[in-house]
Amino acid sequence: MSVDSIRVSQKEPQVSTDMLQRMYELMWMMRQLDRRAVALQRQGRLGTYAPLEGQEAAQIGSALALRVQDFVFPSYREHAVAYVHGMPLKRILLYWNGRYDGAMPPEGVNLFPVSVPIATQIPHAAGAALAAKLRGLDQIAVTYFGDGATSEGDFHEAMNFAAVMELPLVFFCQNNGYAISLPSRKQTKVQRIAEKATAYGMEGVTVDGNDVIAVYLAMREAVAKAASGGGPTLIEAVTYRMGSHTTADDASRYRDASEVEMWKARDPILRAENALRERGAFSEEWVTQVRKHAEEIVTEAILDMQSEPPVTLDQLFDHVYRDMPKELAIQKQEALSRQAKGESVRG
Amino acid sequence: MSTSIGKRLLTGNKALAEAIALEMERDDHVFVMGEDVGVYGGIFGATEGLFAKFGAERVRDTPISETGFIGAAIGAAAEGMRPIVELMFVDFFGVCMDQIYNHMAKIHYMSGGHVKLPMVLMTAVGGGYSDAAQHSQTLYATFAHMPGLKVVAPATPYDLKGMMIAAIRDDNPVIFMFHKTLQGLGWMDQLDYSIGVVPEGSYTVPLGQAKVVREGTDVTIVGIQMMMHRAVEAAKQLEAEGIQAEVIDLRSLVPLDKETILDSVRKTHRLLVVDEDYLSYGMTAEIAAVVAQEALYDLEVPIARLAVPDVPIPYSRPLEQAIIPSVEAIFTAARQLVQM
Repeated sequence: MSVDSIRVSQKEPQVSTDMLQRMYELMWMMRQLDRRAVALQRQGRLGTYAPLEGQEAAQIGSALALRVQDFVFPSYREHAVAYVHGMPLKRILLYWNGRYDGAMPPEGVNLFPVSVPIATQIPHAAGAALAAKLRGLDQIAVTYFGDGATSEGDFHEAMNFAAVMELPLVFFCQNNGYAISLPSRKQTKVQRIAEKATAYGMEGVTVDGNDVIAVYLAMREAVAKAASGGGPTLIEAVTYRMGSHTTADDASRYRDASEVEMWKARDPILRAENALRERGAFSEEWVTQVRKHAEEIVTEAILDMQSEPPVTLDQLFDHVYRDMPKELAIQKQEALSRQAKGESVRG
Repeated sequence: MSTSIGKRLLTGNKALAEAIALEMERDDHVFVMGEDVGVYGGIFGATEGLFAKFGAERVRDTPISETGFIGAAIGAAAEGMRPIVELMFVDFFGVCMDQIYNHMAKIHYMSGGHVKLPMVLMTAVGGGYSDAAQHSQTLYATFAHMPGLKVVAPATPYDLKGMMIAAIRDDNPVIFMFHKTLQGLGWMDQLDYSIGVVPEGSYTVPLGQAKVVREGTDVTIVGIQMMMHRAVEAAKQLEAEGIQAEVIDLRSLVPLDKETILDSVRKTHRLLVVDEDYLSYGMTAEIAAVVAQEALYDLEVPIARLAVPDVPIPYSRPLEQAIIPSVEAIFTAARQLVQM
């Protein structure tokens, strides 16, 4: 994949060294969490999991450019976005452990529950942006999706809707090269996903998604534009999924090892390390501390997740409606009494 | 607010539009979105006059993009608004069913109750005016099957207004079906049922309560929207033959008011269920199953069902009239039950 003509970070530093160190810390920590989550899935302690390795810069660079009041509508791989925007690691893990808490951000964290069907969260983000506009709030919406999602109707309908209504919204596409097994070149005839914005009279921007500073700057610009009434932007962050689509598939069946090797050389964490070294801000002492701290935080989150009490059948019935219909209350009682008698909960 | 019961008559569509207007005045979180809902006032008049009153921001015409605007309503509801979206014909559900079935219905559950979606999806249903297979369905059961949605289908101007106000105030997503031929529109056949007394002020009719619209002792006829009105006509003819039919207007498919049906069947011992939806796997089957499970020994005779046979709705007027249950068909079926 060519990354020519893609925005990269400028030579002159546009983010502070403190910020770049923060970016590095977050990328390092999320990679550790991601690898531990894959291992936990293999041990049967998490369900099917979507790893993010390789996409740390795209996620963390973009999420750091958001303001606390901005509303995030993620897909299923945005664990790093969720964390940066305020979702505790423990709850991110609880989601993949099949818990409601995983879909519940703390008060004041504007994060929508993960949307697993492809592209379906994109119209929701348009609606949140419309609500912000109608209420006169200083709030924008941002939605995350992959390259494959840009073939879905939901993407196109939401793009058109947001553009024609001039909504405060950022469409953030992580083009990680593959939709499960289908490479981007078979997904779309356009060279750059960002070109798709043209059809809707919207600005489209392509950015090097493994360059955390470039992503941050592109996102900051789009957020400022949306917040000041300039309408939506489509950002394409060109990146690469180092692992499989999820723990339920094997990427080696559909892509060459040589391609993976090529992308290893563009590793976002390595590039942040080089940028820090250029600024003289990457000492062994500092990085040892960073890694130790990340290890502690991730381990604590996993232990917290594992100490949760077992799930109960009540939860199945309690949230189908705000107010439980009589008929459902009867079904709940039946299921609970069968369970109490040690029978199967199936009907 | 006063609810002076005058003799003011309104058509179905004006009752609906009035309900929305009252709620928009009361709560500035309420807004309307859909195709041709603005200047045009809705293809079936459900938003008549709202654009002039509230403007283009709150009565918002959308592109022809059902997934886009229904999805956006979900997002807006999650953000604290109370959107009303119109799906022009229920038949168009196919282009946006994922947003309805997988998101509108499930996000509250999947978020553990964290994200509530106080939204109304209103949609036009029903046939009988030669609009063919893709513009004449009711699809009651298609929506009632999915957990997480409330599904209502009022039949009178009074209920259209009261149930719309209740639906807007409900914190659950509500599918609100209005029957095209009960809107009282000038370009359709004029039906007496499409005009009725409607109080001026605000009032609610609870979602999930059926109504006995005609009392009787010999047979229970359960219907919804047009089929309820035809059942009442049939009951009048049955009375001339000495048969007292009790007619129940279901009004709400979800939640389903089983008690009203069971109480009636325990009194009449005979049940006929009439539906403008397809016969198989439909509302008639659900109600028959409820009664068979809970009141089988109260029945004198087997349950009877009348519905559209399992074929698409025809465009041809005589063919369409032949397959949608008529007053005569209901009369005949009910009489047979009593004479068995």
